Amino acid sequence: MWPFRAPGSIRLRLTLQLLTGAAVMALVLFLIVYSFARQIGAESQDRILSASATSILDATTVQSGNISVDIPYSAFTMLDNSVDDRVFYRITQDGDGLTGYDDLPSARQDQGTGPAFDTVTYRGEELRIATLTRRVSVGGTPTRIDVTVGQTRDAQADVLARILRMTVLLGFGFFAASALLAILAGRSTAASLSRLAESVSRRGPQDLRPVVAEVPSEMRPLVTSLNSLIARLSAALTRTEDFIAEAAHRVRTPLATVRAHGENTLRRVSKEENRVSLREMIRAIDESSRAAGQLLDHAMVSLRADQLELSPVALRPLVADLVDRLRPVAELKDMDLRFEVSEEQEVMGDTILIQNAVRNLLDNAIKYAPPETPIDVSLTREGAGATLTIRDQGIGFPATGADALTGRFARGENATGVIGSGLGLTIADEVARAHGGTLTIANIEGGPGACVRLSLPLR
Amino acid sequence: MRAFISSLALILSALPGLAFEIEEHVQFPAANQTDELRVISTADADLFTPFITAFQALNPGVAVDYYVVSSSEIMVALQDEGERFDLAISSAMDLQIKLANDGLALPYRSGATGSLPEWARWRDRVFAFTQEPATMVLSRADFADIDLPRTRQELITALRDHPDRFRGRIGTYDVRESGLGYLFATQDGRTSETYWRLAQVMGGLQTQLYRGSSDMIEDVASGRIAVAYNVLGSYAQVREDLHDRIHIIAPEDFTTVMMRTVLIPANAETPEAAGRFIDHLIETAWTEGGGRFAFPGITPARLSENASLRPIQLGPGLLVYLDRLKRRQFIEEWEAAMVQPG
Repeated sequence: MWPFRAPGSIRLRLTLQLLTGAAVMALVLFLIVYSFARQIGAESQDRILSASATSILDATTVQSGNISVDIPYSAFTMLDNSVDDRVFYRITQDGDGLTGYDDLPSARQDQGTGPAFDTVTYRGEELRIATLTRRVSVGGTPTRIDVTVGQTRDAQADVLARILRMTVLLGFGFFAASALLAILAGRSTAASLSRLAESVSRRGPQDLRPVVAEVPSEMRPLVTSLNSLIARLSAALTRTEDFIAEAAHRVRTPLATVRAHGENTLRRVSKEENRVSLREMIRAIDESSRAAGQLLDHAMVSLRADQLELSPVALRPLVADLVDRLRPVAELKDMDLRFEVSEEQEVMGDTILIQNAVRNLLDNAIKYAPPETPIDVSLTREGAGATLTIRDQGIGFPATGADALTGRFARGENATGVIGSGLGLTIADEVARAHGGTLTIANIEGGPGACVRLSLPLR
Repeated sequence: MRAFISSLALILSALPGLAFEIEEHVQFPAANQTDELRVISTADADLFTPFITAFQALNPGVAVDYYVVSSSEIMVALQDEGERFDLAISSAMDLQIKLANDGLALPYRSGATGSLPEWARWRDRVFAFTQEPATMVLSRADFADIDLPRTRQELITALRDHPDRFRGRIGTYDVRESGLGYLFATQDGRTSETYWRLAQVMGGLQTQLYRGSSDMIEDVASGRIAVAYNVLGSYAQVREDLHDRIHIIAPEDFTTVMMRTVLIPANAETPEAAGRFIDHLIETAWTEGGGRFAFPGITPARLSENASLRPIQLGPGLLVYLDRLKRRQFIEEWEAAMVQPG
């Protein structure tokens, strides 16, 4: 995988990039040191070969018309080394062998009188040779003396092998150190990112304060954008809540006024057909008022469920209060609203949401059960949950698809003629889910009536 | 072990088909022969026998064919004739180095060769297993009334003071014939000018020229000559029967020390057995000490004991005196000094 192709993780990408860089640097370092060492090794051998040839040439004299070569002992001992390289030499006069190894080649001299060097294969081994030339006069005739000294390159290979080992170690050491730094760099970069992520995810649902985590300068634009997003979100939420409150006020109040006027008018009108119309109108107003209330309840539930704020909620006073409040409505239909409770049940939850849920369930029971039947409300503990059970003796739920009734605006097929929006069960269900509880609806076995159970986990 | 040895000496005779000159040929057969080692050596057979029998005791099945030749004949046999030998043992270090340098020796590495100090091996091909000093052997009878010379200078003085006693009764190597003699002479000449003065004096007294140390030692003992110069100390040391008639003196100004070396020639047929033999030689020389075998082993202590010991260094420097022109010049100079018309 080409490491510069963005992989999924910044840390991985950064680490890979740094590692690649380190590898390239280590390789370059290795090549430079090795070629440098190789060059120095070759140069030092050339220098010694050249010195050896020079010392032989210096010992070459003309004695009574003959070339005399008195090779100094040091000419060859200076070539001695730790791995005992083989030594070859050849001295020629005008190309004819004077002494030494007659088949030893000489290095081609291009120009001047400086030493010439060459690498040749001689007797099956690679040989570095140096050739020096001097012109001498023998009895007035110029003659040319060539001295070639050659040496195998084992010592150089040995030194090179050692340098190679050392350089490889150096390269690996460099790479290892760089790799460690790369991993640390990747980790620290990723750490500052994850610190930010943690500081954002750790906040509570209602916490919409700006993020103030310490971040590197490169990440400041991100934090700024994040804070600006939070600010806009916060403003939008506030606006929505304001709108809901405003809408509740604006819709309910005029409807109540209209209904009051309708009631007054109904009392004054005696003509039967007008009274029928007015009753229809009042009924429609009730329906609208109730639908508006439930819509607002539902909006509130959705909003609050998204950012659930848990606090201890005592269910007994909450349910008792609602039962008391709805008792007058129930008594209009001559219904007996009974509340039984054995002990206090406390759950963690949002008071307003639970109130909404319970009120809607009670409201449903009162609305759909026939007059002069009792409604039993009980609060019990079942396992790790508190369960509110509401039983009526009404028409019950349709035999098919009881669960589908918790869907938005869904109404039972047997509920025609009763005012309702179909949002009551939906609201209760959403509240139950938000709290990690359940809402179950069923018909009472062997008898008329429905049974609704709202279960919430205990504190 | 000696029961296995049947010795047959062919003194100064050449086997048919062998162009080089053989001084002695000894066979050490093995009961159930698996390998045969052909050894070409400059060391006298009776001096070398203990090494071989000890080797055969450890390596039964290896027969040894031992040829004694002069050091220059080793070059003839291996370089010119391309004869098949598995080991070449020589006191002429320069020729051994030349064989290795010219690619006529096989490399060999083992634990034993690895234990050798750097200066006792060359290119993993030439291995030294003895160090033997070049000594002066003097007749006790002739030096009874003269102060024993301890240095070359004192020898020169003694010779000059008693020319009549020593005329014609001085012996040394003929460097033209003996590789070891040439090696000693060139190292002497390289080390000190005293050598040339001594050569002049010896030449003036009609020095006898020899091809080997043994003859010189015996002639000194018999009284034929009074002084033998540059004699192998190791040969003189083992001739305990003659010690009452000879003095063995390591010159105190400097004593040239030769290292006897062994190598495996390039055309060896049993290099594996040859390697075992080299290991054996090295181990024996290092661990047995000087007592049991004729050749003193190499120990660094022996070198540091005596500052006047000058071991000849194994190395390419030894090739210098093998140079054609260099050799011709040296021999000319040597002849001018040593071979004077009497």
